[in-house]
Amino acid sequence: MPGPGSALTLILGVILLWLLLGLAGVFFPRNLHLVSRVLFPVGALGALALAAAALNALGQSTHSLILPLGLPDLPFHLRLDPLSAFFLLLLGAVTAGISVFAAGYFRKGEGTPPGLQCLYYHVFIASMALVLLADDAYAFMVFWETMALSSYFLVTSDHTKPEIRRAGFLYLLIAHVGAISILLCFGLLHGSGDYTFDNMRSVQLAPFWATVAFGLALFGFGAKAGMLPLHVWLPEAHPAAPSPVSALMSAVMLKTAIYGLLRVLFDLLHVQVWWWGVAILVLGIASALYGVVFSAVQSDMKRLLAYSSIENIGFILVGMGLTVIFQSYGMHSLAALALTATLYHCINHAYFKSLLFLATGSVLHATHERALGKLGGLIHRMPWVAWLALIGTLAIAGLPPLNGFVSEWLLLQAFLFTPNLPHPYLNMLVPVAAAAVALAAALAGYVMVKFYGVVFLGQPREEHLAEAKDAGIWERAGLIWLAAGCIALGVAPVAVIGVIDSVTGHLLGRTLGASATGWMFLTPISAGRASYAPFLFLLVILAVWLATWLAVRYYYHAGVRRAPPWDCGFPAQTARMQDSAEGFGQPIRQVFEPFFRMNRELPTPFDAAPRYRVSVEDHLWYWLYLPLAKVTDALTRVVTRLQRGRISVYLMYSFATLLVLLLFVQ
Amino acid sequence: MHLPLASQIINLLAAILLLLSFAMLTQRRILSLINLFAMQGLALTLSTLVVAYSTGQHHLYYSAALTFALKVLILPWVLHRLIRKLNVKWDVETLINIPATMLVGIVLVILAFNVALPISQLAGTITKSTLGIALACVLLAFLTMITRSKAVPQVIGFLAMENGLFFAATSATYGMPMVVEFGIALDVLVGMVILGVFFFQIRERFDSLDISHLEKLKEE
Amino acid sequence: MISWSGLVAQLTEILLAVLLAPILLGWVNQCRAWLQNKSGPGILQPYRTLRKLFEKEAVLAHGASPLFRATPYVLFACMCLAAAIVPILGTDLPFSPAADAIALVGIFALARVFISLAAMDIGTAFGSLGARREMMVGFLAEPALLMTLFTASLISQSTSLATIVQHRAQAEFVIYPSLAFAGIAFTMVSLAENARIPVDNPTTHLELTMIHEAMVLEYSGRHLALIELSSALKLFVYSCIGIALFFPFGIAAGGDSVGLMLALPALVAKLAVGGFAMALIETLSAKMRIFRAPEFLGTAFLLAVLAMLIHFLLEA
Repeated sequence: MPGPGSALTLILGVILLWLLLGLAGVFFPRNLHLVSRVLFPVGALGALALAAAALNALGQSTHSLILPLGLPDLPFHLRLDPLSAFFLLLLGAVTAGISVFAAGYFRKGEGTPPGLQCLYYHVFIASMALVLLADDAYAFMVFWETMALSSYFLVTSDHTKPEIRRAGFLYLLIAHVGAISILLCFGLLHGSGDYTFDNMRSVQLAPFWATVAFGLALFGFGAKAGMLPLHVWLPEAHPAAPSPVSALMSAVMLKTAIYGLLRVLFDLLHVQVWWWGVAILVLGIASALYGVVFSAVQSDMKRLLAYSSIENIGFILVGMGLTVIFQSYGMHSLAALALTATLYHCINHAYFKSLLFLATGSVLHATHERALGKLGGLIHRMPWVAWLALIGTLAIAGLPPLNGFVSEWLLLQAFLFTPNLPHPYLNMLVPVAAAAVALAAALAGYVMVKFYGVVFLGQPREEHLAEAKDAGIWERAGLIWLAAGCIALGVAPVAVIGVIDSVTGHLLGRTLGASATGWMFLTPISAGRASYAPFLFLLVILAVWLATWLAVRYYYHAGVRRAPPWDCGFPAQTARMQDSAEGFGQPIRQVFEPFFRMNRELPTPFDAAPRYRVSVEDHLWYWLYLPLAKVTDALTRVVTRLQRGRISVYLMYSFATLLVLLLFVQ
Repeated sequence: MHLPLASQIINLLAAILLLLSFAMLTQRRILSLINLFAMQGLALTLSTLVVAYSTGQHHLYYSAALTFALKVLILPWVLHRLIRKLNVKWDVETLINIPATMLVGIVLVILAFNVALPISQLAGTITKSTLGIALACVLLAFLTMITRSKAVPQVIGFLAMENGLFFAATSATYGMPMVVEFGIALDVLVGMVILGVFFFQIRERFDSLDISHLEKLKEE
Repeated sequence: MISWSGLVAQLTEILLAVLLAPILLGWVNQCRAWLQNKSGPGILQPYRTLRKLFEKEAVLAHGASPLFRATPYVLFACMCLAAAIVPILGTDLPFSPAADAIALVGIFALARVFISLAAMDIGTAFGSLGARREMMVGFLAEPALLMTLFTASLISQSTSLATIVQHRAQAEFVIYPSLAFAGIAFTMVSLAENARIPVDNPTTHLELTMIHEAMVLEYSGRHLALIELSSALKLFVYSCIGIALFFPFGIAAGGDSVGLMLALPALVAKLAVGGFAMALIETLSAKMRIFRAPEFLGTAFLLAVLAMLIHFLLEA
């Protein structure tokens, strides 16, 4: 078995390979065949190698390396520990599928030339991998910014459209506000030593400053993760990007923010205060509910998935909040349970969300439609995409025996076996929070039925959908890889938790040890308390299915006659009579009315040409962001007065600065 | 370690009392509201009886009898008569959003329990754990009054609040002295009569029992 | 770890559930007829209907995809699995570690998502209307059911239904006030989930008020028979969950045969009373407007949350 050092070397090799692939793309920007048939598949192979190396490194000790790059006296410190290895595993495994899909996805004449796309894409994944490896604040920020910039270029790859430029600008703005906050956080953490993470680990901060550092980290990484109320960029940027990029951003980039938060909370900051956990928990619940409710009323399939990402980040944050609460009260085994649920949901979300984003990409290419109201019936035209998307849909809806259910199950178990926490209010927060999580999970089912039902089922709502072609072989391969992951993660949770255990052991010093009763039964606490055996579950369902099918065939004739749909005898049946996306979301709009800022234009019964229009917007945009923008605008106007246009005035500014600095240096 | 049976029954009755408070909070119909109020009185009577029996506090038997007579028989009867006379038997309140109201109610319950925690730790009664519920009932009744716009439901809310107070007294100190209890009972009865008179006056003046009309009475 | 005798007992239990389920449905319908001064078709009527449907030819709409054809089987398989993990007669169930209370809710959710998708598959107006309404009922009923089960789990410190029943049936008699709240919430949820008045009307012929019936309008023949059987099984399983959570006395702890023999009459008696109570509720209440349903279920959900709170406050 190779040592941890060789794993790190291999990972760096893969990163180098990605950068070279990107460079190759620059030299042949218009050579679609080379880019899509050679560069992307090779990148996918590299991703697989990276995942294997990370998996190998998970069970081993940490390994550090100093790269003599960067500024003099500030080399890049890299470190591969179980936490990095876990997220690298996630990155590699998911990116492999996305890259294979991308091989069949990029076409000629769509925005940026394919070679440049290839460059941005590979720089993006390389910088994400480096963020996960960074072991000093300087390297971390450099890679973090590279990640933000490369993804900005990917988001705006269709830059001729003004709304996409706007989405890109918003994304860049919030990414940078977050980056400043992270930078300040590192500034606090380093104490009086240097900026390596090793030094930060040894610094003992005063409680107040630790709390400030926590707040800055939560803000900075929350902005990247799409946590409420910093989520506004997400539903704009995800739909704007090409589908493989949306998949990467949602599946992997959001997770780097989670990684950063975990790194700061459990590795760099040693203390945990219980109310930090409450803050994360409450923000997580708010994000989950907000995300899912908004996702239910979207009528653009990629925006719907983007809001659903906010919801899933909410779940992850809830798990993290619980971990902090338990850890601060010294309940280590429960903390391990909650952290396992958190990490499990990270990898689950990476799989099913990328699967669904890629499926929307295939639909988009086949139909040139993104609006749910113009799709429908694609299960007949695109069976591969439809059936693979069904797996993703069931997984994201949190249904057994697929993967989304496992992490929700673990999370609910963590809530349920909360013994008496010493704080009375906290004690009562737990059931309320569990209820909110359950509600959000159930709403996710609603959203996913809407998504799948409107896009793939029913009659085609437009004429031209009849010409839709199924995805090509590359796209299919990518989708199959991700769908298989959803099933495997769902059916073999004990194996997955075995992998996660090395992370919880590293961070909390306690592992879950879920395999007390063999690989089949997941029993996180004890067999009597809770157990779940997805494989047996699947087996029983399939067995009953088969037995019923055979019995019915054997005892009764299996005749089938095709006829026009009955629909209670309505003679004229058109595709327009099906529920539109807006129609399907209507109950949610009604039940959760206070969540939305709605503008409705309703027809009266006497309208000859009735018109119905509804627009649903986010309150937070009006309550938080527009006022903030106004304040910023006013402040800049004040600052503008400094700008006189005369060179001598500018020289005077420099002169004054110089004088002040000289005085200070003394 | 389980509680003695008497405590368990009292806890159950307390939970039922809370349940009834929530039911009243979310009930739209006046007629059902009165029936719920009567049921609350019955639960109160039963719990007082159980406390009396298990602790041997004889005066509690009297106060149970008083509660029964007043809150299960007389007041519901008066209220029934009143709504028949006023002809508002089938009136329906327009409650805005029942789940939202209930959510506020749940927050109140959490609040009440935490506020009552130090007091109930001091109390030496077997019923001390129900103090939080009693306080919650008071707050919920208050909320009931706030969310109503008709006069009769508001009065029922007021009476339910008195139920909660009575329960709090039983659970914290095995009830108030007999004199005080009689005084309160008399107050409630007299208050009811006066309010009944007011109802007729309000209706005569505004042709309705919707107390939003009272807003007109302020000085311009 | 799964023994052959255990497997046989388990299969027997599933078969018993499948066989008894239509009788329970027939009993509820019969009671309802009696309460409404009608004579009623007899409690065996669901069997006759099922037989008739199985023998008929299945008519499929032109636009039906394989998903539409697979759904009745998935539905039936889900309900069988649910019947397998709920302790009906005894608590010695080899399949019960496969899915606990949370997974049970997941099974119901899986069935609901499949039937809703199948309803949208043909692309008719009523189908998608039914799917939308079913999901609307579901997104509140599901967490409410989960919270109810959580309350019972908290009391027994286990999410395994078998352990919950064992704990409640064997430990000394204790009154749990939280179960009063949970019981009411559960009753409300099971009315909604089984498409009963006041949320839905199983006997309605008015399409605009339908929920469940609107979804299965396009089904016929053996597919419809399987769906009807699944619905009956769902009602049966819900009743058994109710019995297991609130009246577990009489369910055999472990797998001894004497206990199982005694458990059967107890089960029948409890189901008879429960079925009558359901018929009574259905007779006494009127169907709500569709937009009162979220309010009704929201109330159930919050009651279930209150049950958990009460557990933490009074019983912990």
